[in-house]
Amino acid sequence: MTYVKPAFRHPDAPVNELGRTRAEYEGGLSTLCAGCGHDSISAAIIDACFELNIEPHKVAKLSGIGCSSKTPAYFLSGSHSFNSVHGRMPSVATGANLANRELTYIGISGDGDTASIGLGQFAHVVRRNLNMTYIVENNGCYGLTKGQDSATMDTGAKNKKGDINLYSPIDLARLAIEIGATFVGRSFSGDKQQLVPLIKAAISHRGFALLDVISPCVTFNNHGESTKSYEHVRKVNDAMPVDFVPMKEEITATYDSGTTFEVCMHDGSVVRLYKQDNDYDIEDRQAALEATSHYTQEGKILTGLLYIQRDSEELHDQLGTTRRALNSMDENELCPGSRFLDSINAGLR
Amino acid sequence: MQAKQSINDFVIKFANVNGTGSASANGMFAKAIFRMGIPVSPRNIFPSNIQGMPTWYEVRVSQDGYLGRRGGTDIMVCVNPQSMKRDVAEVDPGGYFIYDSTKPLDLRLVRQDIHYIGIPLTEICLREYTDARQRLLFKNVIYVGALSALLNIDFGVLKDLVADQFKGKEKLITPNIYALELGHQYASKHFDCPIGIRLERGHKVAKHIEDFDNILMDGNTAAALGAVYAGATVAAWYPITPSTSVVDAFDKYCRRLRIDPGTGKKNYAIIQAEDELSALGMVIGANWNGARAFTATSGPGMSLMSEFLGLAYFAEIPTVLIDVQRAGPSTGMPTRTQQSDVLMAAYASHGDTKHVLLFPATPAECFSMTVEAFDLAERLQTPIIIMSDLDLGMNEWMSPPLEFDDDYRYDRGKVLSASDLDAMEERFGRYKDVDGDGIPYRTYPGVHPDKGAYFTRGSSRDEYAAYTEDGSEYVRNMDRLLQKFESAKEIVPEPKIKQSELETRYGAVFFGTTASPAYEAIEILEKEGIELDTMRIRAFPFNADVERFLREHDRIFVVEQNRDGQMRRLLLNETSVPANEKLIPILEYDGLPVTARKIAGMIRNYITHGNVTPLVRRILKEEATA
Repeated sequence: MTYVKPAFRHPDAPVNELGRTRAEYEGGLSTLCAGCGHDSISAAIIDACFELNIEPHKVAKLSGIGCSSKTPAYFLSGSHSFNSVHGRMPSVATGANLANRELTYIGISGDGDTASIGLGQFAHVVRRNLNMTYIVENNGCYGLTKGQDSATMDTGAKNKKGDINLYSPIDLARLAIEIGATFVGRSFSGDKQQLVPLIKAAISHRGFALLDVISPCVTFNNHGESTKSYEHVRKVNDAMPVDFVPMKEEITATYDSGTTFEVCMHDGSVVRLYKQDNDYDIEDRQAALEATSHYTQEGKILTGLLYIQRDSEELHDQLGTTRRALNSMDENELCPGSRFLDSINAGLR
Repeated sequence: MQAKQSINDFVIKFANVNGTGSASANGMFAKAIFRMGIPVSPRNIFPSNIQGMPTWYEVRVSQDGYLGRRGGTDIMVCVNPQSMKRDVAEVDPGGYFIYDSTKPLDLRLVRQDIHYIGIPLTEICLREYTDARQRLLFKNVIYVGALSALLNIDFGVLKDLVADQFKGKEKLITPNIYALELGHQYASKHFDCPIGIRLERGHKVAKHIEDFDNILMDGNTAAALGAVYAGATVAAWYPITPSTSVVDAFDKYCRRLRIDPGTGKKNYAIIQAEDELSALGMVIGANWNGARAFTATSGPGMSLMSEFLGLAYFAEIPTVLIDVQRAGPSTGMPTRTQQSDVLMAAYASHGDTKHVLLFPATPAECFSMTVEAFDLAERLQTPIIIMSDLDLGMNEWMSPPLEFDDDYRYDRGKVLSASDLDAMEERFGRYKDVDGDGIPYRTYPGVHPDKGAYFTRGSSRDEYAAYTEDGSEYVRNMDRLLQKFESAKEIVPEPKIKQSELETRYGAVFFGTTASPAYEAIEILEKEGIELDTMRIRAFPFNADVERFLREHDRIFVVEQNRDGQMRRLLLNETSVPANEKLIPILEYDGLPVTARKIAGMIRNYITHGNVTPLVRRILKEEATA
């Protein structure tokens, strides 16, 4: 492990359509434990934004509190970031998005931050269909306070102290589908092939996109009797491979059409899914709930894009706000002036 | 028995059942007096309930323009048998008790020292109306009609008010005027009208409220208009009495004023949040991103918001919060007034935090201070809390008209644009004190492709917003925040100080809704030879004027509506004057707006029983013997 981030950049490093190298999407040096799943997620976000040709300064990164919520410091250093208070990132993201709908909002949270202290705000940001990508870096435990159980820990799983969890777990993906989320994916920090296209699809989705990413805690929850360990997740992960094709690229059918399913996003880009067994219609909320439930009962984890509602109204559509950013308006547009006040006064006499 | 006699000077109270439509009839009564040019101050004293419980409406009429509660009741209009026993007992000797005489009065309720005026309200309604709802609603209008004869209210004014009230629902005008006439006729026929307590047309100008072309409005609506004028585009809130009508009014005016004419889209966003935590989080998020955003709440909501207030203080994010105070602690008395959030608001959140507070005393100040709060919040990059209360927020007050200067431009504070960033030679430091006033420069997200991005956090950071646990960096930052608080003293509203006619070493300090009854109390005491200088505090942190006032007086009565003397404690804590001995708490906290008589009584009691010779008297005596 190194404590210095090398400044050297290869002069011939590939650039994206904006002429930016991947390095320009990186952040500061991670202070998380070596091997932490969260760092892989940060790397996937960097890849996704680089490949999507997003200008870093047009992204706002928001987070709550915990190991996961520290990670916005480790990617997109050219973006503004807001590390808020524990469990309250959704409200800060909501306000920020209302003020300026033109930015891309990426929220990073953990299982404690979302499923325990922040469950209320999480549920309501889902309901409001805020246009943002919400990534839960889910390791089933509280890392920063040294390994206490979280609400996503599976019943019967053992923590590092050896205690067996007796409480039933909260499945955030299922909860989100149940209460009206319009994009729900699940992935594994160790599966970059699946995670990067999923993040790209989530960012491209208009509305609330949840990614529940299982991200093993190497220090406190990576042992044999944990259900969030690298070994266990690799064993039970039933991954649905995902590919993301931006609008501008030609879709080349190189796969057997019998195993491919394509979802066209609102902006014309396409998410392509490859899955043979247990096929279900991912645009059918009830089917998505049944499928995820079925896998859980089998002791497996279904990963991939679990549910999508392509044409939904995000919060601004529901509120009927102007297309322009509210923060761009000045007194000439916002202040009614003294004449209107005179009429108010006259009505109060 | 001598009946009370007075012209344009009395207190009348209506005892109603809530949810029966009495509020609009009572409001019409008060507004009619207002339109006759007579100073009036109405107050709802209502339960935390929707239908069926006792509710009162107290109207003070004051020739001299006193707008606070006086104390005592000259006329009781009793329409609620539930509360009749206590309502009878409350009438001052020589006063009047007006009741529904459809049923004979319980003899146990008959007092020899007051006058009874029975009007068969139910009987008239049963005779005139067949619909149950109409019988309920018109009963209220009928007693207002009767009062117009008994008190000499200009009937033409009442008719105009009915026409105003039902603009757009014209078919309701005639039946309402008919109901007024029913009451008027009954009273004229059966009683010697007008009675001893009566009205005469005035000119709405009185010594105490100065020479304004006054309006009658509630503070919450005024604050909402302030937010509209200040350019607030985002409001997030959670319903709570008595602040709910702030956002309701903001919504109402935005629907009228903030719709883009081309697209029909809204140039604002209002979110009813899932709780107050979320409401303030949204406000902080929006302000961080460069929109002007606010929330309105009351004490319990403030408690929930305190974590976020600490974040906004430490991360230096402009935030505007309107706290319409009610009686606490806990759920307390949700529909009763108090000034008991002062200390919580001043120091809300864990760690070393201090917040800027503004104390409006009139609807005009609710408006102007809300406009000002957005400027202060952005200038200082910190939360600004407007400390209103139920009495000011939910009752209609006579107030100077709302004023706005069209040349006025928003002060958006120290914000760097893309060209500012390009022109900068040094590295941008979000928390660097460039100007020596403790206030750093900020940038909005998305402003520049390569410059100005920074990491906002509630954890310790250096001048460039990088995380650090270096103690000296932490201390430097905390000291800068204190320096910023010092800078705030120069720009927050100054106190209003009034010198008494004769020189005195006595002072009285008050703020918000305590001001009106306190000014009246000071005049009562003046007539008794007790002179006091007064200071109405309008903001925290306290500036040099406040310190000077404390220093220059030997005994200072701090009048406030809470149990613990919170403003007194804040003065002791936050000024350099050693004033513990000389600050005398004058407190009222029963949930009803404090009365002038009570304030005068408490100060008088202290002076006459506290072995303190009134200084003025002593001076006069010394002069006489000299």
